[in-house]
Amino acid sequence: MSVLVVVEHDRGTMTPASLGALTAGHNLAKQINTTMEAVTVGANADALSNSIAVFGATTIHQAHHAALIDFGPEAWGESVAQVVRKTSPQVVIGCGTERGHEVIAQVAARLDLPASMNCIEFDAAFDGTQPLRMTRARWGGSLLENAQLDASIKLVTLANHTVEPVEVPTTAKVAVIDVELDASVMHSFVRDRVERVAGVTLATAPVVVSGGRGVGSAEAFGPLEELAGLLGGIVGCSRAVTNNGWRNHTDQVGQTGTRIAPDIYIACGISGAIQHWVGAMASKNILAINTDREANIVTKAGYAVIGDLHKVVPAISAEIRRRRGQ
Amino acid sequence: MNILVCVKRVPAPGARINITEDGQQVDTAFLGFTVSPHEECAVEAAVQLVEKHGGEVTVLTLGDVLAEEQLRTAASVGAVKAVLVPIEGMDWDAQRTASAISSAINALETANGTYDLILFGNESADSCGYQVGVRAAVKLGRPMVNGAKGIDVADGIATIRRESDAGQEIYNLPLPACIGVREGINLPRYPTMKGRLASKKVEIQRTEIAAEAGGLTMIQLQRPPERVSNTQILGTGPEAASAVVDLLVELGVFK
Repeated sequence: MSVLVVVEHDRGTMTPASLGALTAGHNLAKQINTTMEAVTVGANADALSNSIAVFGATTIHQAHHAALIDFGPEAWGESVAQVVRKTSPQVVIGCGTERGHEVIAQVAARLDLPASMNCIEFDAAFDGTQPLRMTRARWGGSLLENAQLDASIKLVTLANHTVEPVEVPTTAKVAVIDVELDASVMHSFVRDRVERVAGVTLATAPVVVSGGRGVGSAEAFGPLEELAGLLGGIVGCSRAVTNNGWRNHTDQVGQTGTRIAPDIYIACGISGAIQHWVGAMASKNILAINTDREANIVTKAGYAVIGDLHKVVPAISAEIRRRRGQ
Repeated sequence: MNILVCVKRVPAPGARINITEDGQQVDTAFLGFTVSPHEECAVEAAVQLVEKHGGEVTVLTLGDVLAEEQLRTAASVGAVKAVLVPIEGMDWDAQRTASAISSAINALETANGTYDLILFGNESADSCGYQVGVRAAVKLGRPMVNGAKGIDVADGIATIRRESDAGQEIYNLPLPACIGVREGINLPRYPTMKGRLASKKVEIQRTEIAAEAGGLTMIQLQRPPERVSNTQILGTGPEAASAVVDLLVELGVFK
């Protein structure tokens, strides 16, 4: 009996999403008076034990197999499924990320169990024996669903950025499990990688300067690029921009684009439709630059400048340069 | 090559989604409907693969009779066969949906032969369950990768590109395979007039499937609390630049 957290890592480097999942697991385990345990897939994650114990795991199950070198959704799903079969946890928590959802879906399919993705809150009255009630995000977070998971083992993912990681240092036991993987799960490993040229990405940038329909053209993103460059940030955009072919979809912030959580999100000429907002709402601060005082994004942002982005953005860049004595 | 694309009818993205007074469903009175965005791109990806390699695209949906509209939309941009797995009333949960879809695929393949590729959306725009494609693939015993932002097929292998924080990951799956597609893999084409007319003539095959309910039950929908923000207006026009930079300093992002 335990709450089992599936630690997400990339070839031995733990992802930030794992920390929130561990803390959520620790809290839920405390609530139902059991232990929080963790599972890592692949021997290259063995070294994470100490970092995992910092977040309260009492046992770390290390799934080992010679093939478990890089990520593979089917092999990872099967490995976690075997750990779940062996340890019979009451709840299994995965990360609410692309890989996290995929692995929990694989586990669910292999164990024929229901799974509830993108949970933001668990029922405070849950004692480990009844069905688990939770609130989960639908529509990328623009609607919430109260749902009930009725199964012997409850599989969930935790929506990313919903739980702040809290350190509760523990001494953890390590249990190695040699998993058995057959040929059917061996196809879907990462075979190759194309590394992005060094630099910040939308998902990790401390500053995102984003443009919407109001920017008007692909060329008019120049001043946004400049401002982002001055702040060590990166340029994002709304779906309207991608649909107009002004920027690549990789720059899109929103429900079907990237979810971001920068220190500051500078939204230029973006109205803030709900599908955009849900991608940006985890930002620590939002500054909207918009001509419309009543635009959605302006009413939801912490800060706003009312004005034409084509004049305001270059003025901010000029002020930054002036203060730097450039 | 023959490709099956599984799609879902959902309210058009961008609209404000209201819920009924009892919180049991989305209030559809003022909503337009569309193919869920990831799946719209999956249809386009399938049509492009068939244009390159030959074969045909079949589109399948599980839904009520209104979902025929989305099957015809797919037919208007290149799908030549359409299958409706009819259900009535409330949406089916993910386990039940995947079970019905995989049974329907088994029946279709018994009649028509194996699909080289079965495409799904990465997740549906409305319920965001992230699991129907994976569950169907496991039931069918086929390899599956989600999150595809690129698909090429050569020599019986599907090469899939997927984005990660560090760049791109490449996966190779032997056919027959299942793939979950993400928006951004392409820009879906608009239907031509000829396509629209042709889509009206496509016969929609109905495949009745029974499946048992799964273990995740919706209790109620609710709107998230509106963020109450007393927006601080830093100024109007370019004169606000100084106040903006003061803010950047205060937040520690300007060094």
